[in-house]
Amino acid sequence: MDIDPIWEDVTAVAHRLRATGYVPSDHIVNVAFLADRLGKPVLCEGPAGVGKTELAKAIAEASGRRLIRLQCYEGLDEAKALYEWNYKKQLLRIQADQAEAHDWYEIEDSIFSEPFLLTRPLLEAIRSPEPVVLLVDEVDRVEIETEALLLEVLSDFQVSIPELGTIQAKSRPTVLLTSNNTRELSEALKRRCLYLFVDYPDIEREQEIIRSRVPDATEHLADQVSRIVRSIRSIDLKKPPSISEAIDWARTLMLLGVRDVDADTAKATLNVLLKYQTDIEKATKELDTSA
Amino acid sequence: MTGAGIDARAASETLAEGLSRTMLLFIEELRTVGVPVSVAEALDALRAVQIVDLEDRNAFKAALGATLVKNVSHWAAFETAFDVFFSLAPGESVGGGEPEQDLPPELRIPPAGQGAAGGGGDVEDLVESLLRALQDYDDARLRALARMAVSEFAGMEPGRPVGGTYYLYRTLRGVELEALLERILQHARDGVVDRTGASPTPLEERLLREEIEARMERFKDEVKAEIRRRLVDDRGAEALAKTLRKPLLEEVDFMHATSVEMRELRRAVAPLARRLAARLARRRRHRRRGRLDVRRTMRESLSSGGVPLEPRFKHPNPTKPEIMLLCDISGSVASFARFTLQFVYAMSMQFSKVRAFVFIDDIDEVTEYFDTDDLGKALLDINQHAKVVWIDGHSDYGHALVRFNESWGRDVSAKTSILVTGDARNNYHASEAEVLADLGRTARHVYWLNPEPLSYWDTGDSVMSEYGAHCDGVHEVRNLRQLEEFIETLLEAH
Repeated sequence: MDIDPIWEDVTAVAHRLRATGYVPSDHIVNVAFLADRLGKPVLCEGPAGVGKTELAKAIAEASGRRLIRLQCYEGLDEAKALYEWNYKKQLLRIQADQAEAHDWYEIEDSIFSEPFLLTRPLLEAIRSPEPVVLLVDEVDRVEIETEALLLEVLSDFQVSIPELGTIQAKSRPTVLLTSNNTRELSEALKRRCLYLFVDYPDIEREQEIIRSRVPDATEHLADQVSRIVRSIRSIDLKKPPSISEAIDWARTLMLLGVRDVDADTAKATLNVLLKYQTDIEKATKELDTSA
Repeated sequence: MTGAGIDARAASETLAEGLSRTMLLFIEELRTVGVPVSVAEALDALRAVQIVDLEDRNAFKAALGATLVKNVSHWAAFETAFDVFFSLAPGESVGGGEPEQDLPPELRIPPAGQGAAGGGGDVEDLVESLLRALQDYDDARLRALARMAVSEFAGMEPGRPVGGTYYLYRTLRGVELEALLERILQHARDGVVDRTGASPTPLEERLLREEIEARMERFKDEVKAEIRRRLVDDRGAEALAKTLRKPLLEEVDFMHATSVEMRELRRAVAPLARRLAARLARRRRHRRRGRLDVRRTMRESLSSGGVPLEPRFKHPNPTKPEIMLLCDISGSVASFARFTLQFVYAMSMQFSKVRAFVFIDDIDEVTEYFDTDDLGKALLDINQHAKVVWIDGHSDYGHALVRFNESWGRDVSAKTSILVTGDARNNYHASEAEVLADLGRTARHVYWLNPEPLSYWDTGDSVMSEYGAHCDGVHEVRNLRQLEEFIETLLEAH
């Protein structure tokens, strides 16, 4: 297994990610480059809706590699993440073989071989002949015990199957893990990853994001949207507006034919940005005061 | 004489050695302030800096940050240490150097000593240039001006043991940043009037002000960085790092938190409570107790030809505790009461019922004030309306307990856990500890949370052990981490 770097240099990272419509910050570019060169997974943390999953998609697109996604949820287990024996097929095989009176050891060997293996995302990423991008999404949702499943894949890029032995990666996948920080991840997992905290963007970057995602929006509108969103984020809210909500808001304003956002338009469309009634009330009140 | 090639190699070797020595000291410093850095991570960092372009300060910082810091709450500590240890390192030179060369002559740093001696005209020039730089978004100029402002106003003297904040204050006072804000704002307002013929709406005004404040913040950061750079020059990185060490947020003592720390703490409570709730819920679900669920087991077995391969269980619904919270809100422990209230209410989904009482020398129920989402408002209402003063407004735990027992004692049931928070400093009043014992006989549990260090208990007018004798547990809770630990054991024990 050899490391096959995606990017020639740091500027190539920025350039090629931008070409996919993803607008990375300097920090994201630097960490993405480093991860590629060190061959380490990246753990992305940050509030919901700042583009953590998008980053993985953009990297896949920019590198022309296939994206394999493992969506985590409570109760995710080995059988759903790594591999599973297709026991129905195995049962059929045993029944078919019994008719021909085969030796049991022969049957056992045959039913624990690759044709009876159902590959799940992690194993699939390891077995792929060409390098892939593996996205382990919302890893904080799995139980701490299940996290251990990931460790072997993340540090050694291999999977051990008792009946088959260890399967080594044919090519080293680019791995991204995302977490919304609903719980502390284990030290063991963090140690194996590079850490990337993705926060709400600064105003210039948010403008650029809006312009790239809503191409019809004028510079003026994108500027206003990003400023008002920043202003709303500074209020103490239950759930501050995310980038994706800012984009939705810009789209809504475009659809409504708004070219210039004033306080009344902003207040009338706040429900696109904010999802709690108390937040909307609070923001409405704040937008009417000057400081 | 050695050849030039060998010289160059020797030079680069010493450079690399110097860098890794600084990095090891830096990692040591991170560990000292409480950022856990494993050996594997330190090795990763050493590998990472070989890959990045050392001339690019941001890339260098990203390399260290991504390999060494795995928790966002440690980032601030990392940044402080980074600024101290690598302020001179890769790419950036202090005083002189390339950055200024493309600046107009009036912005170049005057030779040492001349700046402070400069007349009033220079100061005005500086303020005017700053005004222009802030208006034009000119970052390079802003950096140069920050350096000039520090030379001009900070009055830094070598060897003086004052901290960076003192110099920061002097510099900002020197350029009169607040007045500048108003001037730029006025200028921007005029711009709006010129363009639209009307004065800005409140929303526009708000956006303008925020924009200017953001730019000022950038200038302040430059000033801070410059001061730090000079302090490192003067005292050396390790010595300076020692004076800048701050405890991590979860270990900040409630009783001695600064107002900035207070604000950060308040913001940290909700996410902390959310994480704790998620952790508890998960653990509860996974306790493998419960009866066999015959129906679900049979249903599952259909997919394996009627063979029940995997048994399914019914998990019992856990009972939730009922909480009565009694908080001392007298001056000395008010902030602690605030955090306890905030934390318990953030966790209120975990309890079947929460009732809150506050006291000083009299006690009042404040449960109804928490019927809002806005905790700040609830606390404000409590301060204004709760009747907590009986005679003199000095804590009297005894009287508060007696009054509580009279008015609400009959509401205490075998499901209730009573939580008392306070330092048990009773101002030499009667402790009335037997009232607490009475309550304890009915209630399921009585816990006492004391924000004072264990060693102070029972000194002076503290009667902690008199009350403690009748409690199921007395806990020292001085910081967020201890508070979290207590709430966790409380819910686990249930």
